[in-house]
Amino acid sequence: MESQPVSIPEKRVERLDAVTIRFCGDSGDGMQLTGTEFTKASAIAGNDLRTFPDFPAEIRAPAGTLAGVSGFQIQFSSHPVYTPGDRPDVLVAMNPAALKANLPDLVPGGVVIANTGGFTAQNLKKAGYDSNPLEDGSLSGYQLIPVDITKLTETALHGSGLTTREIGRSKNMFALGLMLWLYQRPLEKAVADLRAKFVGRPEIADANEKVLRAGHAFGETAELFPNIYEVPAAKLAPGTYRNISGNQALALGVVAATQLSGLKGFLGSYPITPASDILHELSRYKNFGISTFQAEDEIAAVAAAIGAAFGGNLGVTTSSGPGIALKQEAINLAVMAELPLLVIDVQRGGPSTGLPTKTEQADLLQVLYGRNGESPVPVLAAQSPSDCFRTVLEAARIAIRYMTPVVVLSDGYIANGQEPWKLPDASELERIQVSFRTEPEGFQPYARDPETLARAWVRPGTPGMEHRIGGLEKHALTGAVSYDPKNHEEMVKVRAAKVERIAQDYAPLEVEGSPSGKLLVVGWGSTHGAIAGAVAELRKRGRDVSHLHLRHLNPLPRDLGEILSRFERVVVPELNLGQLRTILRSRYLVDAKGINKVQGKPFQIAELVASLEEHLS
Amino acid sequence: MNATNVVPLTRKDFQTDQEVRWCPGCGDYAILASVQKVMPELGIPRENIVFISGIGCSSRFPYYMNTYGFHTIHGRAPAIATGLKNTRPDLQVWVVTGDGDALSIGGNHFIHALRRNVDLKILLFNNRIYGLTKGQYSPTSEFGKKAKSTPYGSIDTPVNPIQLALGANASFIGRSIDVEAKHLQEMLRRMAEHKGTAVLEILQNCNVFNDGAWDHLTNKATKDEHQLVLEHGKPLVFAGGKKGIRMRGFELEVVEVGEGGVDESELLVWDEHANPALAFMLAGLGPDFPTPIGVFRQVERPVHHELEDQQIRAVTERLGAGDLAKLIAGKDTWTVE
Repeated sequence: MESQPVSIPEKRVERLDAVTIRFCGDSGDGMQLTGTEFTKASAIAGNDLRTFPDFPAEIRAPAGTLAGVSGFQIQFSSHPVYTPGDRPDVLVAMNPAALKANLPDLVPGGVVIANTGGFTAQNLKKAGYDSNPLEDGSLSGYQLIPVDITKLTETALHGSGLTTREIGRSKNMFALGLMLWLYQRPLEKAVADLRAKFVGRPEIADANEKVLRAGHAFGETAELFPNIYEVPAAKLAPGTYRNISGNQALALGVVAATQLSGLKGFLGSYPITPASDILHELSRYKNFGISTFQAEDEIAAVAAAIGAAFGGNLGVTTSSGPGIALKQEAINLAVMAELPLLVIDVQRGGPSTGLPTKTEQADLLQVLYGRNGESPVPVLAAQSPSDCFRTVLEAARIAIRYMTPVVVLSDGYIANGQEPWKLPDASELERIQVSFRTEPEGFQPYARDPETLARAWVRPGTPGMEHRIGGLEKHALTGAVSYDPKNHEEMVKVRAAKVERIAQDYAPLEVEGSPSGKLLVVGWGSTHGAIAGAVAELRKRGRDVSHLHLRHLNPLPRDLGEILSRFERVVVPELNLGQLRTILRSRYLVDAKGINKVQGKPFQIAELVASLEEHLS
Repeated sequence: MNATNVVPLTRKDFQTDQEVRWCPGCGDYAILASVQKVMPELGIPRENIVFISGIGCSSRFPYYMNTYGFHTIHGRAPAIATGLKNTRPDLQVWVVTGDGDALSIGGNHFIHALRRNVDLKILLFNNRIYGLTKGQYSPTSEFGKKAKSTPYGSIDTPVNPIQLALGANASFIGRSIDVEAKHLQEMLRRMAEHKGTAVLEILQNCNVFNDGAWDHLTNKATKDEHQLVLEHGKPLVFAGGKKGIRMRGFELEVVEVGEGGVDESELLVWDEHANPALAFMLAGLGPDFPTPIGVFRQVERPVHHELEDQQIRAVTERLGAGDLAKLIAGKDTWTVE
């Protein structure tokens, strides 16, 4: 088909502050790649951004069905953003199922860019539509932009020699090209990435690039869009940035912890959604001397990490809720043996198998209290994807300094969501002090450091210090098995006191907003962005609201009780039925109220604003 | 160098100040004595030896060995030992476990340590009963076993530890008996020499809850008739050389040897490196046959920590030693002025 010279109409450029787009299609449609490339282009354009992928638990649910819909949401902005956006302004829907599953989230009057080629009679039926929503007027409350992406892709690749299937798989690039044009993002990065991705198959790379450019050109020539949009660069702090997901940041944090401590890293892990990516990532870093061990089960994974720790290495295990439940007995062994250990829990919807690909914050009580006996374990929670890096480093520091297992809580939301990360200077990261005891004179396996109450770490292989440890109760000094009642109570108390001591190293808490007043919103973990966004909005409205976000869930910061007492009301939003709230109420006798959501989805800023307004009235 | 590296060690060097707390008459005492006897002969500094155990009577073992030791949790010793050995190949790591610990609650870890060929020396004390919990039937208890938890007899078919180990492709599999000190010590030496997982089933008497389980193998009056000592390169004979094992078709049979019987040349000659199918048959011999002790299988195959080290070295050679700053930056960065 020869293209005729066309007159390109002048497009009006509309300037926007922030836009939220959701790309959605079948799980085989390549929506994650489309979203990722759009994200990179937006980063290069200088926007602040947050992303969140949303995919089904099934790898390939039947094509065209609601169960198989995969989505990727990005908010990009010219000012700092806190979340991937409550609701999309623009929905790119590749088929009827994608439209049906995602339309309820679209803002009223929002834009639907629909691949008309995907709206076949068969697909409409699979999605449960009686008539075609693109034609029956049911989308009249939205700006519908129908584009036959399927056909246009086929046309672009006519004569390319590719199979129908290969051509079909390129149509996501058309959508990407179109969206890059609409928001005036550069194409070059996507082209370079395609070249790299299909390095061994130049014909596929060529085809994808051709389709990408066709999508871009289509936007320019077709008179479907009255406007194009400009989202100016945000004022980010100067520095070098990358996009990073929580799971990537956790993996990098583990590598950094080995480098900063000089310890060999050993990861024992068993595949589980949504934590497996940490194993994948670390298994590639053999040149950092890290051993990764895909164990036969969750228990072996943590057990092997404990074995490595006993040998004087940085033992790490990664999992999600169901796996953590299996590991608890072994974590308790590390409590008793007083060995450093990192336990990373990327939470997902529970109980049982629950919602493997969806987010939740319902493991807090499990990691705090889910073991037999009096079993204090320090717990830290990461607040955002990039914050996972810093959180792991701190956890490693605590584990080694206090000779204790430490739990790091992340969740499905920040595990897969991405944000720009201002790169830390690797040479300026604080070293992690490790000292192995090698002096046999006067050595007692359970003698304690007066400041930290930690026992000494002794590497097997150290002459003259052979000793035995284990899960039976220990004599307070020698570590020999002891059934003495008083000794047991002393040991229970000293293990608790040791973990309480960790709070002596915390920086003072920082309250966002006024230091005292009417309402304090207390959050932890991945809800940081949504709470910060909601509190900022309420303060803009003149409401007396402050925000405190807890990184340390155990031991709790020493200044927390006093801060809580400065506010008339305390509200704790959580993606569970009130786990932190329960702890705050029992610990500080504060009448904390909850905002609780357990839908497998993160909070939206708007819903928090609405709930908090009620608590303010 | 520390004095312990130079002066030859003795049995006493491996004893601890802990009072040994097994029941009087327990087979574990004999095993402990044999292990303490063999350890000084190995020429390994005491500080480079680690004993790791799970839970059960046998798992008290590390407390009585003056080496590094870790008494861990039920069934998990092979997994803990795997993490230790793979990060500390300089240590010689022994695992002490029992039939309940290794084959019931820890069955999974046992299998996977063997198939990976982790360089561990696993001592599996098999007394066919749960002792520490006071007398329930174990995964090696015979069918119909009457025990605390099976007053009407067990309806579970027992597992055969040697056959299980063969199925998991263990590179060294042996069997010995608690009170056969000389044989047991020889097996321990063989294990120490072997590179890769060495598993030794030690038939051990629990004189409180399952007394006499191996009586036919240890009683002076009957043991010759029942012990078949496997020796590499030698014909399978027992009963003082009067009986032997012959292959007939796909079955093994007991034959009289010498006058009135068959010539020794007709007997099977034991080869511990051969196809494991024969070892499997020997391990599963029925009540009309003797019980083999000795090495069922010994083969060389790549050791887990060495494979790991090779991979780390190869990747490091290809990519260069890891650079944290580069790793943090990743592939796609942009700069804000």
